[in-house]
Amino acid sequence: MASMRDIKRRKQSISSTQQITKAMKLVSTVKLQKAKTRAEQTDPYFNYMYKTVKSMLARSGNIDHPYLTAGESTKKAVVVITSNRGLAGGYNSNIVKLITGTDWNVDDVEIYAVGGKGAEGLERRGYHIAENASHIMENPTYPDAAALCNKVLEAFTSGEVGEIYLAYTHFKNTVSHEPQMIKLLPVEIDADADDAEDSNILMNYEPNEEEALNTIIPKYVTSLFYGALVEAVASENGARMQAMDSATSNAEDMISDLTLKYNRARQGSITQELTEIIAGANAIS
Amino acid sequence: MAEGSRFFKVEIITPDRIFYTGEADFLEFVTSEGEIGVYRDHIPMTTVLAPGIVTIHSGEEEKRAAVHAGFAEILNDKVTLLAELAEWPDEIDVDRAEAAKARAEERLAAHTEDIDVKRAEFALRKALTRIDAAGMR
Repeated sequence: MASMRDIKRRKQSISSTQQITKAMKLVSTVKLQKAKTRAEQTDPYFNYMYKTVKSMLARSGNIDHPYLTAGESTKKAVVVITSNRGLAGGYNSNIVKLITGTDWNVDDVEIYAVGGKGAEGLERRGYHIAENASHIMENPTYPDAAALCNKVLEAFTSGEVGEIYLAYTHFKNTVSHEPQMIKLLPVEIDADADDAEDSNILMNYEPNEEEALNTIIPKYVTSLFYGALVEAVASENGARMQAMDSATSNAEDMISDLTLKYNRARQGSITQELTEIIAGANAIS
Repeated sequence: MAEGSRFFKVEIITPDRIFYTGEADFLEFVTSEGEIGVYRDHIPMTTVLAPGIVTIHSGEEEKRAAVHAGFAEILNDKVTLLAELAEWPDEIDVDRAEAAKARAEERLAAHTEDIDVKRAEFALRKALTRIDAAGMR
């Protein structure tokens, strides 16, 4: 049986860890609230963008545009959004698993990493990191998203990569987040896109349809990317909040367990002392 | 909708917020093809925005804002501007815009091979728009 002192020391160390996890939980709760409002604010922009692009493509079905067809190259660019900090449960490893779980050849994948944890994890598994823009994660802004997007789009238009994917954690609600991989380019729109309402309107384009597609699609991709970024921040804080919450309650369990052990040890030592004194007294008399 | 109403809905949406939503009877903005003015019952059109000033006329009232990059969807009773960035005149930092203008002009004047002329021009136009808009407050 461990000595009283050992148990006490261990108890203290656990309760100081618990203080840290508790504080981290509070911090991520506040951050989550902020990130959540932010994610909600980007929603209208993104939804409108999606609707517009969808109806545009529905009506211009047979247009032959580089953004709508896969490139020759078998290479795939994957934009991977993870966090810069750990202690968020399975948040980062789930994204890494999402990529290692595909049947893509390691050499065919170019990683554009946002978030240090994902970059490290994938590099260790032999993936090539084309770009590491982890600083964006600290405070994602639209211009940052646009800058990275332009780089990826350049790789696409120059034929370096044939397809662009985006791996991020979708923020469903506070307790449920889902790692997701979506295809950014070539643009894929579901076949049932042309609802009756949309096709009634005859839309004109200025300067012309192709020019308009040229400018709007990069914006569409950027808005998807920015939306994913904002959602990922919310998911990260949600995941950390949960992880820290369960860490705190685990610490609670361990402490109560140790308290029990400590008391038992204390009682044991008192009993022993008593027996010794009584035995000593008996011996003398 | 009441017949003869001259008003239509205007929405300006940016990635960070719904910048403006309201009604107007006349809307002016700048597209990549030039300036346009929209009344109610305009033909449906999607067009690319250029950095410029949006003027929302609503009766006697007039509101102006600087809008950079994006596109506009015009329907007969609704105009939606999806802008990457939109600012009211009093949100603009004139000193910064002036600095950006000087920087862009310098870059264009230097004319070395490795500069991105398009980008510098865009930056210059953005700075000019900001300065213009700020002058109207």
